[in-house]
Amino acid sequence: MTVVDRHHGRSASRKGWHWVVIAPPVLFLALIAGTALGETPIPWDVVIKVLANKMFGAEYPVDRVDSGIIWNYRLARAVVAACCGAGLALSGVVLQALLRNALADPYLLGISAGASTGAVAVTVIGIGGGLISLSAGAFTGALCAFAFVAFLAHAAGGGTGLRAAGVIVLAGIAGSQLFNALTAFLIAKSANAEQARVIMFWLLGNLSGVRWPDTIIVVPAAFVGLAVCLANVRALDAFTFGADSAASLGIAVRRVQLGLVGLAALVTAAMVSITGSIGFVGLVIPHAMRMVVGTRHGALVPTAALAGAVFLIMADVISRTIIPGQVLPIGVVTALVGAPVFALILIGRRATV
Amino acid sequence: MTLRCENLCWSVKSKSIVKNATLAIATGEMMGLIGPNGSGKSTLLRMLAGIRVPSEGRVLLGDQPMSAMRQRDIARKLALVEQHADTEERITVRDAVELGRTPFLSALRPWRDEDDAIVSGALNAVDLNGFNDRYWHTLSGGERQRVHIARALAQEPEILLLDEPTNHLDIRHQLAILHLVRQLPVTKIVALHDLNQALMCDRICVMQGGEIEAIGYPTDIMTEARLRDTFGVCGHFMEDPFDGTPVIRFHSAHKES
Repeated sequence: MTVVDRHHGRSASRKGWHWVVIAPPVLFLALIAGTALGETPIPWDVVIKVLANKMFGAEYPVDRVDSGIIWNYRLARAVVAACCGAGLALSGVVLQALLRNALADPYLLGISAGASTGAVAVTVIGIGGGLISLSAGAFTGALCAFAFVAFLAHAAGGGTGLRAAGVIVLAGIAGSQLFNALTAFLIAKSANAEQARVIMFWLLGNLSGVRWPDTIIVVPAAFVGLAVCLANVRALDAFTFGADSAASLGIAVRRVQLGLVGLAALVTAAMVSITGSIGFVGLVIPHAMRMVVGTRHGALVPTAALAGAVFLIMADVISRTIIPGQVLPIGVVTALVGAPVFALILIGRRATV
Repeated sequence: MTLRCENLCWSVKSKSIVKNATLAIATGEMMGLIGPNGSGKSTLLRMLAGIRVPSEGRVLLGDQPMSAMRQRDIARKLALVEQHADTEERITVRDAVELGRTPFLSALRPWRDEDDAIVSGALNAVDLNGFNDRYWHTLSGGERQRVHIARALAQEPEILLLDEPTNHLDIRHQLAILHLVRQLPVTKIVALHDLNQALMCDRICVMQGGEIEAIGYPTDIMTEARLRDTFGVCGHFMEDPFDGTPVIRFHSAHKES
């Protein structure tokens, strides 16, 4: 009897349809919370009224200042945080599965290092003469770094097996070191104290300047990333025992590897170009969610995306409120909250083995 | 379903690993693949399984050249049990075996009850009933090997390739797995180290230095001269007084004089 029951539960979770039911309300609540909480808390009903006014043309009477803060400032920020968290978590899931390396995270491929170099080149050196935005510079830098890492990995060879995964990790480390050194060089050579402070802030992740136009990049990036990952959950599962095993299970290994690693790189580059390199989300959220829902990607992909989104909205709230009158870089919050939580999970996992 | 290969070659950086391998396995036949370490058994198996692209030659699955088939269509016909496939993931036995259904599933063909039945049958076949929720990292080497075999069985292949499936197994499970494989009504190629176990196969293919040295019936192939020349051991054949089957008794490693 227990066997039968178990199977019903399993096939329900395998279809994963309940995520369609769970995710939107959770995400909606998180967005409302991210909008209501802040240095000056705004009552929930005001938030709801403003949203109704803006989205459905309702005409509740609300304070113009409140309305402006909620719609232009906090909601845009929460939406970008959610997309960024989801995108980074998904990239982490994909890279950890395909490279079969528990330490793989979205920045492994040199993307954050390249983005930093691009951002510094635009703001400090002044490349583009003010015509290129910091985001465009960061995006270009991120893609250059990824191209460099991909070329290095390809030149070092290794086929599709475990060695190839190792080669990519090593190439990523080499690329990251190179571009980090370039960034440090540019800052040391040309930046004044104020520029160095701004760049420092950006390097640790920053949602301060985020407005609605930024969502044009991050929202599609997050949704395309989620859709492609969901379409490939079985392929990701098949990599559990390595690339050769995946091939013997009928996966077109080369195509999946190139496509999904490339996708992870693009999504990460899009996020980093808007928010700076927010660490820890892409590494920790996938691991934490594996411990909650297991290793099968049918459940892991939607859970990680949702958890990443909620986590980053909350981290942003904390970064805005923890020190009165001052905004903390969000990367500091994700690491300060994430590291101890991760440590607790690791210890807890050991106890249950 | 038959499996053939013609003039298969594979080389790494001009070092030849497999040379001119030509082989044909009939439907339902059990072919033993033997040879010393480094003789190219695993590489040949991987090419036959379609996960290594041969540098020369071709593999035919039935009448179809494998190079013209999609990986997914190959996996519906042919399953491979690798020698060293491990994972760090906290995956359960049931989940690992369910991976075997991957080539049959798609967005239009979701998981069905019949898949559950096939997975249960595969677990039953390798004597892993009650292991459903056990985690991979808690299994012994032999249990892991049986999970791999169950996963291959869940693919319901017409051709089964096994790379040293009895490695890590205790004697009871070695015999159980070999008997299980033997009575499966599919075409199978088994790379083996234990020459006594190889005698159970319908035919034997001997590899040496990347080339196929001989193919034939066990009694024709396994001679004391071959034990000495190919495997470097002194041994001789005896008859089991119980049922009259030949048994190899090994004496010592052969010393070149």
